[in-house]
Amino acid sequence: MTVALKIGRVSASRNAQLRAEAAAGYAFVTPALILIMVLLIAPIVVVLLLSLTDYQLGALEWSWVGLANYSDMLGDRIFLRSLGNTFIYVAIVVPGSVVLGLLVAILVQERTKSKAIYQTIFFLPVTTTLIAMSVVWHFLLNPSLGPITSLTRALGLGEFDVFGDPDLVLVGLAVIGIWQLVGFNMILFLAGLTAIPRDLYDAADIDGADGAWDRFARVTWPMLGPTTLFVVVTTTITAFRVFDTVAVITRGNPQGRSDVLLYTLYKVGFQDFNMGPASAMTIAFLVFVLVIALAQAFLIDRRTHY
Amino acid sequence: MSRATLRTDRLIGSAVSHAFLLLGAAFILLPFVWMLLTSIRPASEVFTAGFNPIPSRLAAGINYSEALTKSPLLQYMLNGVFVCAGILIIQLLVAIPGGYALAKLSFRAQPVIFGLVLFGLTVPVQVTALPIYIALAKLNLLNTYFAIMLPFFLSVFGIFLFRQFFKSFPQEIIHAARLDGFTELEIIIRIITPSAVPAIAAFAVFSITSHWNDLYWPLIVTTSADHATPPLGMMIFRDQETGSNYGALMAGAAIITAPLILVFLFAQRQFVRGITMTGVK
Repeated sequence: MTVALKIGRVSASRNAQLRAEAAAGYAFVTPALILIMVLLIAPIVVVLLLSLTDYQLGALEWSWVGLANYSDMLGDRIFLRSLGNTFIYVAIVVPGSVVLGLLVAILVQERTKSKAIYQTIFFLPVTTTLIAMSVVWHFLLNPSLGPITSLTRALGLGEFDVFGDPDLVLVGLAVIGIWQLVGFNMILFLAGLTAIPRDLYDAADIDGADGAWDRFARVTWPMLGPTTLFVVVTTTITAFRVFDTVAVITRGNPQGRSDVLLYTLYKVGFQDFNMGPASAMTIAFLVFVLVIALAQAFLIDRRTHY
Repeated sequence: MSRATLRTDRLIGSAVSHAFLLLGAAFILLPFVWMLLTSIRPASEVFTAGFNPIPSRLAAGINYSEALTKSPLLQYMLNGVFVCAGILIIQLLVAIPGGYALAKLSFRAQPVIFGLVLFGLTVPVQVTALPIYIALAKLNLLNTYFAIMLPFFLSVFGIFLFRQFFKSFPQEIIHAARLDGFTELEIIIRIITPSAVPAIAAFAVFSITSHWNDLYWPLIVTTSADHATPPLGMMIFRDQETGSNYGALMAGAAIITAPLILVFLFAQRQFVRGITMTGVK
């Protein structure tokens, strides 16, 4: 009887404790939840709905247009061009900054005295305001006053108007993208490299892998698999969102050859205020980002089961 | 392989690696060096300088004072400080209790809310920009500090980070605090938050760098110089100076990038940790 009573009392106080904990949990999570609803979920729902309308900011009337914005988008030259340019940009920046980041990481890791200074230098662009540095790059590559032009002229290579040449403009922007990302990727790779056990290299040594390339191919590269995947995914997402350099340097010129997805979205939505088409573009953008994120989740899942 | 060839091999390898790293470092430093050199170069020399790096005489005083007087650079920087501080404070006030609740308190909606946080991690700000912009326009709130800060009051990354950090906090300490009569709020203020200082520092670096450097959103919601943050200010400055005064323009770029570079140089380890905590900005 007393035992039962005690147990009853204990579980009653345990219940009270659980209820208090749940109440506190809800209380603490409420601000976050409100913001998630107002700033994340509701806007996504609204964008989805807007993409089915012809709403224009300031207009008094609007109507549902079904999927017209999406079918227009798929036939829209500027949208398709922006998408193509974005893919080209990604296709240059991702391999460039991943390979260079890995190479720099491997070389930097072997240095003893100069390791810290190299790390600092390569990481510098990550910390700096890209807008300000874009203005500097624009000046550096200026075809009439820039120092790089005088250099190429002195070397007899002629002049390059990188940001004015339709065939070079994306390469020029990609060089800045790589310049900014190499140090970031280097740091991620360095973290991956330090996690590789030294004995693996000793074992490879005994097996006869004594050259630098052998060590890389047999130990470093396989062991870096998960890191590399992570670096590729994050770089892809960052490169896919290229906007700053385009907004400052080229504004989509020349001949729309540097129109990229976010810049076009910005123009349609926030300069022309065509909310319907801009919303459809936003949804397309979201789909791309989600696909990359899902691919990452899927690949990482597969990787961990070998 | 003889020992001698092995040694020469190593020497060559070391030389090649140094050469490559030096070349890479030169590429990385080029814009910084050119920015600083141009910012102390007299205007007359900018157009004829070519690749000749050393200015014949110093014009730093003129260029920097021109950058500071011709455009409200200090105002932009103050705006940046204000916006970054406002964002960070709200983010912490929301994320620390939220992260604690998701890590240490059990309640029924917890997994759903955590799922929303994980989903939010994948959604870039450009996705929610249109509706938030329309709402701000309807409420007549464009061109305010509030408008620049609003979308970033929520940092799902912050919530996620603190949740992960608090997960490993010993349950016994929390339990003992409860037995001592601490309320959950007191536990957060007096036990959990002090334990999270390293995470707060890393998150602060991440948050301040992202918002000091952000252009997309300020460009959308502000049209005036009154509230412009440094990157937007840089754009306004560039547009009014195009072609005429590169010395002052470069001085302006140097001034705007200086604060973060200085913080980075003095607190490198924390800085790198803060930025690389997440791959996705």
